Amino acid sequence: MIETPELKAFKTLLKDFVENEVKPIAAEIDEEERFPAETIKKMADIGLLGLPFPVQYGGCGGDNKMYSLAISTISKACATTGVAYSAHVSLCCQPIYQFGTEEQKQKYLPKLLKGEWLGAFGLTEPNAGTDASGQQTMAVLEGDHYVVNGSKIFITNAGYANVYIIFAMTDKSKGVKGISAFILESTTPGFTVGKKEKKLGIRGSSTCELIFENVKIPKENLLGKEGQGFSIAMKTLDGGRVGIASQALGIAQGAIEETVKYVKERKQFGRPISAFQNTQFELADMYAKTEAARLLVEQAADAKDTGDKSLSLKAAMAKLFAAETAMNVTTRCVQLFGGYGYTREYPIERMMRDAKITEIYEGTSEVQRMVISGAVLH
Amino acid sequence: MLEGYKDVYVFAETRDGKIQDIAFELLGKGREIADITSSKLHAILVGYNVSKEAKKLIGYGADEVIVVDDKCLENYLTEQYVQATYHIINERHPNIVLIGATSIGRDLAPRLSARLKTGLTADCTKLEAEASGALFMTRPAFGGNLMATIVSPNTRPQMSTVRPGVMQKLHYDESRKGEVTTVKVPFDASKFKVEVVEIKRENKKQVKIEDAKILVSCGRGVGKANLHLLEDLATELHATVSGSRAVVDDGIIEQARQVGQTGKTVRPNVYFALGISGAIQHIAGMENSEFIIAINKDKFANIFQIADLGIVGDVKKIVPLLVEEIKKIKAQ
Amino acid sequence: MLKILVCIKQVPDTNEIKIDPVKGTLIREGVPSIMNPDDKAGLEAALRLKDKYGANVTVISMGPMQAQEIIREAIAMGADDGYLLSDFKFAGADTLATSTALCGAIKNFEYDLVIMGRQAIDGDTAQVGPETAELLGIPQISYAASIDYKDGYFIVERKVEDRIYVLKAKAPIVVTVLGESMKPRYMNVARLIDVYRNKQINVWTAEKTNTPAEKLGLKGSPTQVKESFGKQLKAAGTVMDNLDPQEAAKVIAKTLAEKHYL
Repeated sequence: MIETPELKAFKTLLKDFVENEVKPIAAEIDEEERFPAETIKKMADIGLLGLPFPVQYGGCGGDNKMYSLAISTISKACATTGVAYSAHVSLCCQPIYQFGTEEQKQKYLPKLLKGEWLGAFGLTEPNAGTDASGQQTMAVLEGDHYVVNGSKIFITNAGYANVYIIFAMTDKSKGVKGISAFILESTTPGFTVGKKEKKLGIRGSSTCELIFENVKIPKENLLGKEGQGFSIAMKTLDGGRVGIASQALGIAQGAIEETVKYVKERKQFGRPISAFQNTQFELADMYAKTEAARLLVEQAADAKDTGDKSLSLKAAMAKLFAAETAMNVTTRCVQLFGGYGYTREYPIERMMRDAKITEIYEGTSEVQRMVISGAVLH
Repeated sequence: MLEGYKDVYVFAETRDGKIQDIAFELLGKGREIADITSSKLHAILVGYNVSKEAKKLIGYGADEVIVVDDKCLENYLTEQYVQATYHIINERHPNIVLIGATSIGRDLAPRLSARLKTGLTADCTKLEAEASGALFMTRPAFGGNLMATIVSPNTRPQMSTVRPGVMQKLHYDESRKGEVTTVKVPFDASKFKVEVVEIKRENKKQVKIEDAKILVSCGRGVGKANLHLLEDLATELHATVSGSRAVVDDGIIEQARQVGQTGKTVRPNVYFALGISGAIQHIAGMENSEFIIAINKDKFANIFQIADLGIVGDVKKIVPLLVEEIKKIKAQ
Repeated sequence: MLKILVCIKQVPDTNEIKIDPVKGTLIREGVPSIMNPDDKAGLEAALRLKDKYGANVTVISMGPMQAQEIIREAIAMGADDGYLLSDFKFAGADTLATSTALCGAIKNFEYDLVIMGRQAIDGDTAQVGPETAELLGIPQISYAASIDYKDGYFIVERKVEDRIYVLKAKAPIVVTVLGESMKPRYMNVARLIDVYRNKQINVWTAEKTNTPAEKLGLKGSPTQVKESFGKQLKAAGTVMDNLDPQEAAKVIAKTLAEKHYL
């Protein structure tokens, strides 16, 4: 990315914000498995929650390259905050902006983009993970509303979100073509948030079950048309993957930063361990990989901005490579830290735990390989 | 153009009618400069009910004390004090004017120098004069990373504010002779536009170890039972007690006082590392301290690698003796 | 509506500065330029007045063209407008010549309040605020920890060593603000994007100060830097491991006294 003065100023802002607001509580929210609501509020105050959307809806008029940079910078210090942000923007605001009617945009975007409301996205079910066609949540049209019954699992921002994009079968006979998308407000009767998952990493992120018991969603909250849900979900996830790839990139970058600092300080055999060739070569490999990931992520973000048809492929490559880089890099960084790296005194073990999820959610690495090979063999 | 400007004038800062130490420090330096430049040393004493204090200034080296005693000078207010000092300087044409770099001095001096249309050098830590009367004023800049020597070649008086605690005061000599001159200043009260609403004494504030000039830092080698020894030392030095992560974890001191990677980064003038081994996490938080004094039983302790003064020994034994030594020096 | 002018300066981040140990000069390469922290706190004070009572906040800076960056930053934080004084005629100015130029520029505006930072981290003089106030012929309140506005008076808490003076004065006045007293807000992202894409920063030359050239820059500076040098390098530390406690205490006390730490 060419560093314009605008971008430089934006980077400075992000760096200051992350240093002062995100990093100091990263260990604490992990330890306490606490959702960083106060950080989200601060992010809203400076406008980050509406970053890549037009000013007319309450956004900042920025683009996806800036947004990707925001996620990676935040995730360098705290991947939990990174995913809460990504879920809000990519998985809730974006589909409303992209597929919503003007009325829906006017109703939801200003509040979401200003951060008065937080967003979430509910697609996954116990029996519908990678294979979304296994949806069992049903939506039946009754007069001027749909009655929704069923449940979702592993929903990021659950319990804190005010608006959920949820998916349900409106016509079971049509398979994935029978899935529809809805905008659900959290205060709707019959809607409850179920048990919270206890996770390996991103432990401050709220990941819960959603339960729908005769939830009446007004007809005007159908997002897109009936039966378009699967397509909306997939297109949304293409964008979401840019977000998660950015998160993974940030984790890798953060781990390298911490490690560089540590190896210069830590002495063994009378020398800082940075003087040993093993340390140097490890860092060289990790840095080169992370830079490659960065370029793929920037390419994907650019594709999202330009409406490039190959977004799906580019996002899949970025997510696959960045996620695997994050896992690889953090594991090797823990090794360079040695015993200290295994303790919670340093952030590096947390980064390793946080990295793993990036290979799983919003499409596992295997799904990304399916997408990439599909495009290659086309 | 520089003809007719002579002598050294020192602003004697008062608070609540009492002359502050900085005034005596300035007289110490001022005496030296006056002697080098074969001129006289005057103190300007401005305030309300301060005349009785004038003699002290003579005992500390002034040849003359010029007193302006007026009700309007009861509290420090910029315009009132500028008018008083401007009146004297404008009549006397000093070669050099020294003012303390306190919050009062740094408010007064620039306003005064601008009124006099002369140069002012801030917060000097070193002053050297030539017999010709030229003054070389050295001060830190760039956060103390650079020292600069400033001159004021074409305008008089040469003015500077001087950092408190740097210059040495003379031994008080009651037998010294000098004059006390009282001056009546024709104040222009129409220019007094700032009013005092209230004066609040600072309450005991929250510990902020980042702001402390001296930190006495406690490590696991000290132990809870001996913390009071460090507190005594801190009291004597007007210092703040801090500590390593280990003693915070042990509940010996509160978290707000923790130095290091997971605590605060500090850069005091003096850092005492007492019974601190010097884990890298700790060092990361204090390595930029100006002067580091370490005491530790273990002569291979890491802390000695960065200490300016390292003492291999027992904190419990040394610290009480150190407190006594400091008291002795202060008493001198 | 209150009209507030805030003077801001672009400075090298002195925390990042290193000294060439041989030449004793500053290594400025790679040192980021930032808005002076006290000035930023001053801007925050102005923006809080704006939030509370409504105000037009205009920032003024003096420096090279690149100082436009901090003006943009100020606008992204919430200032309404910004002016940069940039002219080689200002070069080499000491605090009095700087104050003369600022005073000249300020006279182009209508204002109720001029806010400055207490001091800049490169010069640490704290002189430009009071000197500018004197040249403008209006009162100053320095070392301010807070500024409020009630019944036509500015109420300022002036914080000195051991006490706080609560002072009041009518417009127009100059207030210099303590950096640690106010945590500045962050730039707003929407404003940041807008200021870079849509806003032109006003750049003024010396002419706008209506000041004779001999009062500006080096010519207008009564003080001159004779020489500058790096701080003496830290002597290699001494470790003493053969002292009895009494001797150790003496050594430490003596060192503290010699270095004027007592």
